[in-house]
Amino acid sequence: MAIIPFLIIFPLVIAIIMYCTRINKIRNAIAYLSAVVIMVSVGVLVCQWISKGMETITLYYNTELVDHIILAAEIVLMGVVTYLSFKYKKAWVSLLSICPTALIAYYEIFGPETREVVGHIYIDYLSILMCIIVGIIGSLIVVYAVGYMHGYHHSAHHSNVTDRRYYFFALLFLFLGAMFGFVLSENLLWIDFFWEMTSICSFLLIGYTREEEAVNNSFRALWMNLLGGCALAIAIVYYGYTYENVDLHVLVSMGTIQSKCAVICVALISFAALTKAAQLPFSTWLIGAMVAPTPSSALLHSATMVKAGIYVLLRLAPAMSGTLTGEMIAFVGGFTFLITSFMAIAQSDGKKVLAFSTISNLGLMVACAGVGTSETVWAAIFLMMFHAISKSLLFQDIGATENALGSRDVEDMHGLLYMLPKLAIFMFIGIAGMFLAPFGMLISKWAALKASVDVRNIVLVFFIIFGSATTSFYWTKWMGKIISHSHLNGNPVKDKTKKNEMISLTIHAILMIALCALFPLVSETFVNPLVNEMFGKSENVLSNQVLFTLIIIIVVVFAVPFLAYLSSKQQKQDLKLSYMNGVNTGDNRAFTDSLGNEKTLWLSNFYFHKIIGSRKLMIPSQIFTLAVIVVMMCRIIGGVFL
Amino acid sequence: MIRIILTICYILLAPLIGGLLDGLDRKISAKMQRRVGPPLLQPFYDVSKLLTKRETAVTKSQNFLLISYMVLMILTGAMFFSGTDILMCFFVMSTAATFLYFAGVVTSSPYASIGAQRELLSMMIYEPAVLFACVGFYLATGSFNVADIARSSDSAIMYLPGFFIAFVFILTIKMRKSPFDLATSHHPNQEIVKGITSDIGTKNLAIFTVTEWYENVFLMAVVSLFVVNKNPISIVVALVVVLLVYFLEILIDNASARVKWQTMLKTTWVVTLFTAGVNLIILMIIK
Repeated sequence: MAIIPFLIIFPLVIAIIMYCTRINKIRNAIAYLSAVVIMVSVGVLVCQWISKGMETITLYYNTELVDHIILAAEIVLMGVVTYLSFKYKKAWVSLLSICPTALIAYYEIFGPETREVVGHIYIDYLSILMCIIVGIIGSLIVVYAVGYMHGYHHSAHHSNVTDRRYYFFALLFLFLGAMFGFVLSENLLWIDFFWEMTSICSFLLIGYTREEEAVNNSFRALWMNLLGGCALAIAIVYYGYTYENVDLHVLVSMGTIQSKCAVICVALISFAALTKAAQLPFSTWLIGAMVAPTPSSALLHSATMVKAGIYVLLRLAPAMSGTLTGEMIAFVGGFTFLITSFMAIAQSDGKKVLAFSTISNLGLMVACAGVGTSETVWAAIFLMMFHAISKSLLFQDIGATENALGSRDVEDMHGLLYMLPKLAIFMFIGIAGMFLAPFGMLISKWAALKASVDVRNIVLVFFIIFGSATTSFYWTKWMGKIISHSHLNGNPVKDKTKKNEMISLTIHAILMIALCALFPLVSETFVNPLVNEMFGKSENVLSNQVLFTLIIIIVVVFAVPFLAYLSSKQQKQDLKLSYMNGVNTGDNRAFTDSLGNEKTLWLSNFYFHKIIGSRKLMIPSQIFTLAVIVVMMCRIIGGVFL
Repeated sequence: MIRIILTICYILLAPLIGGLLDGLDRKISAKMQRRVGPPLLQPFYDVSKLLTKRETAVTKSQNFLLISYMVLMILTGAMFFSGTDILMCFFVMSTAATFLYFAGVVTSSPYASIGAQRELLSMMIYEPAVLFACVGFYLATGSFNVADIARSSDSAIMYLPGFFIAFVFILTIKMRKSPFDLATSHHPNQEIVKGITSDIGTKNLAIFTVTEWYENVFLMAVVSLFVVNKNPISIVVALVVVLLVYFLEILIDNASARVKWQTMLKTTWVVTLFTAGVNLIILMIIK
């Protein structure tokens, strides 16, 4: 299967070409072409895998040369981090890179000879799913970025930012390559390398504008992720010395039988995953990542980076089931789900709402993985799929809206449906995908709730119940803003969305609806086998009755508004003014105030930012979760040695 | 078979029962206020009059949003009576409620918008108690399916007294009754006029009213689910309980004044946590 090294190496090569090509048109053309090539090669990979009977495939047993190259590349990464940390006078951050790299290098050079059990590359349902997400969504984001970055550097808003698009696109492709490597690798040393690579790519992307805020936020992202990387490196080396083996699946099966060393390693790696998935107390880096241009936010939030954390946790899920580690992860995830959904209510900046909701949804996925039963993993997989599409769609849409509207504040989107109809409809679809009835998010929540009752995880039940109530609140009020008749003039605004951005948005919207409509089918043919493979037992989460109900709901919820809309269009209705105590001034946008002057009507949503704003809640909840993690880690490690 | 009959009965009869309950409500309220009150069938006269009026609206889209609200609400009840998953029923109900919210805000009218915002807030406030109730049923009877819950050997309320109290408490919010009628008021001469329904008129208002009837019957059916078990006598008991609960709601409605949303949020969540939450913890330990 030559397609696998191609998938990993091709984006890296393109990254170099992007960096070297300084003529925009040529570079854009290469970017389009490469995005298509990546999508096609993911398709080829999937076809090859299906034609081999959808079995697990392991590859590459002797890879000494590649191991050396990877080690060298890891040292280069360390060099980059060290240089930049010294350049921006944050030298201490470099320690977080030097220490783990030194540790890994020492292990590789002086450590025991490892016994290969599996291969270096591991292909199964989960890695195929990740490849599809990274390949399709990631490439679409690249397509979108071509148009967006052009507008970005031509708007007066960003005139102080140096145009370094060659660098930006190089990073995007580097990121995709690292993600492919990450999800396909079985060897923990390789995983560690790609892990560091995604950390550093996101660091560089966040700092793209080189403004002071961007630099600060990028270093915050860097140190938090490198901290996770340290935990990962320690786990790998400890595990490698104990078992003379560095295979992920062997580690998971050792963890499942509660082998002492493996328990500690699983705990450390899951801690690392918490940092990458931006769970509390490490959530602030993802919110800080908002300063970067929109395509990089879309990439970080949907297809890459945070999903890497979820991927690792899902891999570890069987080993976490019913253990202290699982308890810790489920608690931190559930708590994050609840608290950040409160914080999301208080935000009016659209991108911030998305950021908090990403963290919140990731929290639910993390909690599902932490519980580690077949049902919760099923739910987590669906949450991940829907979240990836919908978040990518929403971020791209908000970027395009901001370009046209000059604002990304939800309050300014009042009447967006009448100002920018296309973008508003895409936004509507994206938001609906995040929480409304027939869309998969809700059914996943249903499964998560049922499973947490089944395993008697009381705290998680509380978190999910209150969290889902608050989640609907912030999404619904946003949707309401979009469809309200405008209190401004309500005329269409010039839609500056480029054709390529529109293509990407349209594909996303189609994917979203298709996934919703084909939900039962996807569950049957893909997700159930995935869960079986992981847990070795067959349990149909979606019973036939639920499936049947679900299909009815899907049909009704899609058909009714549509048919009702068609029928009401033909009806004759007298239109009247809205009720304003008889002081309307002729239309619904203004009224006569007490001094007899005309006053524009202005409607605003509830935010409660003084009560549940992130300023108020963030630090206490960070302290709390940190304490929980420290105590639980002590219990886990102490429990093994005592 | 019986499920299909029940479902059809719900779709056909719920507006009748709901309308009668509404008429009863007005009658009893009037008696409590020492008035004569309207005839029992007054709600039906009102709706039929609304249907014959010439259609007026603030924006055309109100109509299709309200129709979607109604159909999804009917679907909720129909799913319930056909014995499917109760959690799914409530999920569909919250989607229905979302359409009502849209119908409120789409006009950008000041009173309807503030009413809709408050409606949304109350959705957030009552949802935990509703989800708790579903979880409670699951723990007590081992199934989310309404059909299985109704056929269990003991009444669910034996295990779920706390859940029952929490559910009855939020019924006041759900039925938009005082002191929690923040989203709409029964009398248009108040601070939010008629809240979310301020700019809903003629046929649209008729749709809204009928949907409310469907909703009330569904909610009462959920109340009865706490009592019904495989013994047929329990159905009679359930009917008595439903009537008592409905009377209690009328009493509360007449005996209290509207509160601020802060008070509603605090009291409801505290009650939910201390009744349903504590009940849940106990249930999880013993079952």
